[in-house]
Amino acid sequence: MDVLGNYKSVISARSTDKDITKQSQDGGIITTLFAYALEEGIIDGAIVAGPSEEPWKPEPVVATTKAELLAAAGTRYTISPNLYLIKEATRSYGLDRVGIVGTPCQMQAVRKAQLYPIGMRDVDDKIALALGIFCMENLSYQALEAIVEDHCNQKMESVKKMDIGKGKFTVYTERGAVSQMPLKLIHKYVQPGCNVCLDYVANLADISSGSVGSPDGWSTVFVRSMKGNAVWDGAIAAGCFETKPMDQVKPGLDLVTKLATEKITKNQKNVDARKTFGLKADGTPKGLRNPYETP
Amino acid sequence: MAEKITIGELHLSGCTGCLVTLADNYEGLFKLLDDYADLVYALTLVDVRHVPEMDVCLVEGSCCLNDKISVEELKEAREKSKVLVAYGGCAAYGNITRFARGGQWNQPGHEAYVPISEVVDVDLYIPSCPPCPQQVRNVAVMAYLLLKGNDEQKNLATAYLTPLMQLAQRGNEACGCDLMYDVINQGLCMGCGTCAGTCPVRAVTMEYGKPNVNRDLCIKCGACYSQCPRSWFNFDVMNNYEGIMDAIKGAMQ
Repeated sequence: MDVLGNYKSVISARSTDKDITKQSQDGGIITTLFAYALEEGIIDGAIVAGPSEEPWKPEPVVATTKAELLAAAGTRYTISPNLYLIKEATRSYGLDRVGIVGTPCQMQAVRKAQLYPIGMRDVDDKIALALGIFCMENLSYQALEAIVEDHCNQKMESVKKMDIGKGKFTVYTERGAVSQMPLKLIHKYVQPGCNVCLDYVANLADISSGSVGSPDGWSTVFVRSMKGNAVWDGAIAAGCFETKPMDQVKPGLDLVTKLATEKITKNQKNVDARKTFGLKADGTPKGLRNPYETP
Repeated sequence: MAEKITIGELHLSGCTGCLVTLADNYEGLFKLLDDYADLVYALTLVDVRHVPEMDVCLVEGSCCLNDKISVEELKEAREKSKVLVAYGGCAAYGNITRFARGGQWNQPGHEAYVPISEVVDVDLYIPSCPPCPQQVRNVAVMAYLLLKGNDEQKNLATAYLTPLMQLAQRGNEACGCDLMYDVINQGLCMGCGTCAGTCPVRAVTMEYGKPNVNRDLCIKCGACYSQCPRSWFNFDVMNNYEGIMDAIKGAMQ
C-alpha cells in the first residue's frame, strides 16, 4: 500500500462555519464534519477529545451537541484515549451510530475492534463515522508539560494555542506571548509506542485530515471509504466547506507524501531493529516482540 | 449453496455465557444455521448425548482435572473435530476458574481447573468473558470459507484466522498484566484506550495516557491484550477492512 493509503479523493478545505474556525486548529474539518453528521442524523454522537480538570489534558467525551464539539475543537499534543468509550458509547450512552476521531493508531484500533470484536460486543456495525487526524508522533502529558513549562517557559494554564509547523513547536499565551522551541529537541519526549507506527495520514479512517500540505487556516482532506465519501459529498452539498483542488495549493500533496515516507521509513527501520535488539548465548541476535508478525 | 460445515459446543467448567453468546447473534444465528453450519452438539440446543464427529468444536469452560468425564469428553472432542476452538476466557486462559481452590459445594473435591490447552492441543482462541457474538459469528463464517470456499475465500479465511491461531500458540496465561509485560514494557503502547474500553469488568482505566490495571478486579479473560492494536496488527487483513466487513454483512443477509 502507498504511504498515503487508499483514498478516493484528496482536497484542500476550510470550514465555512465561523464559530468553528475561531476554535479549530486549522481548517475545522473534524468539528464541522461531526456537526454536520449530528445535524443530519448520520451519527447520534461523537467520541472526541474533550476538556478535563487539568489544562491541555484531553479526556474522551461523547459529544451530542455542537457546543460539546466546539469545547473539544483544536489540537492537544497528548493522546486522548478515545477508544476507552467506544463500547460505552453504544451502551450507557445508547448510541446506535457512533462517530469517533483519532490518530492513525486509533483508527487501526477501531478497525481491529470491528474486524476482530473480541471484547467489543455489538460495536462493529455501530461505527458510523471514523475520522482520522494526521500524526507524526505523540507525547505523554508529562512530556507536554516539560516542553511548555521548561522549554517554552509558559504556564500550561496560560496557553491559548499550541502548534507544530515549520520545524518549530509554538506556544501562544492568552496574554499574547509567543514561545517557540525547535522540533528537533522534542524527539526525546516522544512516547516509545509511536516509534513503531507505520501510518502518518490515518489510512484506515473514513476521512482523514491534517494541516500538512495546505496553506495556513486550511486542511488537507483524504476521503477514503464509501461511508466517508457519502458524508463528504453531503457536507459539500450542504455548503459546510470551501475547497480548493490539491494541485492548486502550496505546499501541496508532495509535502504530505514526503513526510509520510520519512515517518514510515524511519519507523520501519525501528521495527526491523527490534528483531536484532539483543544477544543470545550462541551469538545470534535476540529480538523484541513484533506486533506486526505475531501476538 | 455448498454443503454446510458442522459445529458443536462442548460445555466444560463454564457458566453457559459463551453458549448464550452464540445465541446472542439472534436472527444471525438462524442465518448461520440455515446456510453455513449445522449445529451438531450443544447443551439444551441439540438433542445429542454423545460427542459426535464435527468440523469445528467450540469448547466452553476450563477443564476440571478431577472430573474424569470432563477430561474424557475433551479428549474425545479433540479426536473427533477438525478445528478445536477455545471459546471464551475460561477455555483459553482459565479466566475466573483460575481462582478456584476447591471446597465448593456440591463438588468440594473439584479444585484443579486448567485452560483446555493443558489437556489437548488447541487450534484457535476466542478470548474474552463473555466472548462477543460478532466474533464467534466471524469465526464461523471464516471457518465455512476455509473448509468449503474457493481458493480466494480460503486465502482470506486463512489470513483472517491466523492471528487467532497464533494466540493459541502464545500460551494459556492471560491477565491485565499482559498490557504491562507485552505492550508497555516492550515499548509498544501509544495510549489509544482500547484495553480500557474492552475490559468486561472495568478493571482497566486510562491514567495519563496509559492503562492502569486494578488486578483485584481482573478476571484473566484475555480480552484487553488480544483486542490491543499493538498485541498484533495484520495489515494484510486490516487494509481490506471495508471489503471484509461488506463480505460478512453480505453473507449474513
